[in-house]
Amino acid sequence: MHKRKIYNLKRGSLLILSIFIFNCVYAQTELDAIMMNKNQFCNGFMYNYSSWDYYWEGTMKRNNQNLGTVSTQSIMYGGNYGITGKLNVMIGAPYVWTKSSAGTLHQSKGLQDVSLFVKWKPFSYSLGKNKIGVYLVGGFSTPLTNYQIDYLPLTVGLGSTNVIGRGMVDFQHGRFSITASASYVRRSNVKIDRNAYYDTRLHITNEVKMPDAAQYQLRTGYRGKYIIAEALLTNWTTLGGFDITRNNMPFPSNRMNMTTVGANIKYTLKQYTHLSFLAGANYTLAGRNVGQASAFNVGAFYVLYVKKSTKQNFRNQTN
Amino acid sequence: MKRLHLFIFLLILFAGILASCSKDIVGRTENIAALNPADVDIDAGTWKTVLLGRPDTFAINAPALTNSPAYIAELNEIKGLQQNISGEQKNLINYWKAGAVLRWNEIMRELVARHNIPPYQNSDGTYPPPNANNPFAYPEFPFSNPPYAARAYAYISAAQYDALVAAWHYKKLYNRAAPYAIDSSIKALIPKTALPAYPSEDAVVAGVTAEMMKLLFPTEIAFIQQKLEEEEEYRILSGANVRSDITAGETLGRQVAAVFVARARTDRAGAAGGSPQVWSDLATNTSALGQIPWISLEWPKRPPMLPLFGKVKPFLFDSLTVIALRSGPPPSTSSNDFNQENQAAYAQIKNPTREQNRIVQFWADGVGTSTPSGHWNAIAAEDFIKQNYSEVRWARNMALLNMGQMDAAIVCWNTKFYYFNPRPSQIIPEVKTLTGVPNFPSYISGHSTFSESAATILGHIIPANASKYEEMSAEAGKSRFISGIHTKIDCDEGFKAGRSVGNYAVQRAITDGAE
Repeated sequence: MHKRKIYNLKRGSLLILSIFIFNCVYAQTELDAIMMNKNQFCNGFMYNYSSWDYYWEGTMKRNNQNLGTVSTQSIMYGGNYGITGKLNVMIGAPYVWTKSSAGTLHQSKGLQDVSLFVKWKPFSYSLGKNKIGVYLVGGFSTPLTNYQIDYLPLTVGLGSTNVIGRGMVDFQHGRFSITASASYVRRSNVKIDRNAYYDTRLHITNEVKMPDAAQYQLRTGYRGKYIIAEALLTNWTTLGGFDITRNNMPFPSNRMNMTTVGANIKYTLKQYTHLSFLAGANYTLAGRNVGQASAFNVGAFYVLYVKKSTKQNFRNQTN
Repeated sequence: MKRLHLFIFLLILFAGILASCSKDIVGRTENIAALNPADVDIDAGTWKTVLLGRPDTFAINAPALTNSPAYIAELNEIKGLQQNISGEQKNLINYWKAGAVLRWNEIMRELVARHNIPPYQNSDGTYPPPNANNPFAYPEFPFSNPPYAARAYAYISAAQYDALVAAWHYKKLYNRAAPYAIDSSIKALIPKTALPAYPSEDAVVAGVTAEMMKLLFPTEIAFIQQKLEEEEEYRILSGANVRSDITAGETLGRQVAAVFVARARTDRAGAAGGSPQVWSDLATNTSALGQIPWISLEWPKRPPMLPLFGKVKPFLFDSLTVIALRSGPPPSTSSNDFNQENQAAYAQIKNPTREQNRIVQFWADGVGTSTPSGHWNAIAAEDFIKQNYSEVRWARNMALLNMGQMDAAIVCWNTKFYYFNPRPSQIIPEVKTLTGVPNFPSYISGHSTFSESAATILGHIIPANASKYEEMSAEAGKSRFISGIHTKIDCDEGFKAGRSVGNYAVQRAITDGAE
């Protein structure tokens, strides 16, 4: 009954929270240049599978026969509400399972972090087929449960409470789009179950200083009415932290860096534009103190109108 | 638009609050008060030493008189230094004033943690052993695993104790006061004490420790030397010692260390790693008795950790006593009891709770940590801080704790390699552990042995805390059962062995003249 094109997909911010294990789950909505219209609420679930055999111990790549393949699965709920066409809020929370295929270490699982993002488009300009938009994004995430933090590489998350600031520029020419973003992630310290630990020296406390991080992303591709297909190049750089020493265990405040490439496709049903499906894949090109993960994800999202009285736009999202 | 502005305002406010919080962390012992003993233990020169035949085995010369030109020159050195104390020097004073035995104990724990990493395998699947004669080559010497660490803590603590007993003997004999007591224009930047200053107790501890470290942590000599120099600078800066107090103390400390180093070189620890023949004999002999032998759960298979450590010469009793303290045999690996013990361990890990994981991680003390003995050193140190002990009593209590730790390691390792009993995860591969599985046999639990040895002697030293230590020890042992690392009988027998070893430390404490 509605001729609406639903371009949007909802995902949270798994990456920002715990990168050693599932370093391929890239948030989409708070990293893309697509907005929901006023009073629209889009929500759904994403499934992600990520695994690695090789990892970087400091800068040295190795495998570990006592871990085999480390895999992480998650199911994430995500929702995005359009306060206005230029101001969206997003929420997300994943449940995570991790395990290793070899060795004796026990798997772990649990509800991870809730994230809340506000995306604002303060500036946009169109000239013919060309459109340019500037976005500012503010985010917050915090653990929903007191899961074990100091259990890398099988922890479900890194346990810090984060504040994220991001600037993003989007350019569109016809159906071609390119988006660049830069983010700063302020991470709180975390408390572990031990009462002393060694990083590069002995700390007689259970509190671990977590270095902040930066994230950069470039995404480009086709942005059509029913199909969006994009290639992504993403870099996560931890601003501090220390390297895993030879044959040592990883630690939450390691200097975890990575560069990944990936692709996302989203398809919106022509017959019923409330519903859309997503699939994506991701691969880690380079890293430091993280696993060289390959990942894929699938998801389904549904759009509904919170206020029926609101005059509905022809398009249910702007970009 | 109003709503929009509100959102942005709230966001900026929130980001501002979080960004303004300092992330600097402060250790629990970082900013503690200066050591200010309630009792200086002036007669500690008569306390029973561990290895030294007499407190005056090593003679030190009578100090210069306080009105001699040499001594006055030393006072002038302090006066000059105190005129211009830098921020960095203030930090040194703030750090070291907490006490020499405490700070060197923390430094030891740091070195143990730094070196407690199992070597990476060779390309052929064998493992390179650390080599004391080539300590910088990979893997660096030592791999300070739990038995190595327990022994290192014991030697250093016992040597510090003997050196301080000798120092106290000379302090009382020569009775030369601190510089601030002799010249009122010298400021005391730490609490004043009636304890004679010659030889300097801080320099004694620094000297004896630095000398021991050459043997135990040979790659850290430069690091240790720097700490020693900082501590000695602190003593002079703070007006507590003149340079001749320092020199005499450091010399005495290094001489006492030589006695302990000589013992350490012949205590059989150097051969504790065994050989391929030893490793295969352990399995063959166990099979010959009809028992399933322990197999490494690492891949590639790693040789067992220090299989002959059970033959090392103990401090608190003789080697025959080690055999007498060895636990009776575990249930036969073919028995129903054995099966039930392992099934019980399996049941523990099926649905771990958060509290269970917390206990496991709190006591895990695995790779990259200061080991279970280091954990008990930390527990002891944080309680000793509140007791205002003199340096010599600090050292005596740490020596009792750590000789008990080393001897617990000897009895435990002797038992482990006598029975060569498999881990639950070897018997039931579905036993996935909540922390890493140690690479040595199961029976008896090392954590239980270490912890109950510690709890027994610490409960004697601070009776008011005895029940707390017993609870901690019980939890440490339990952590190994609920993590799937050990059967319950491993922990129960380890607990008993630890209690026996701890009681030897208590017997020594009762008779060493300090109580």
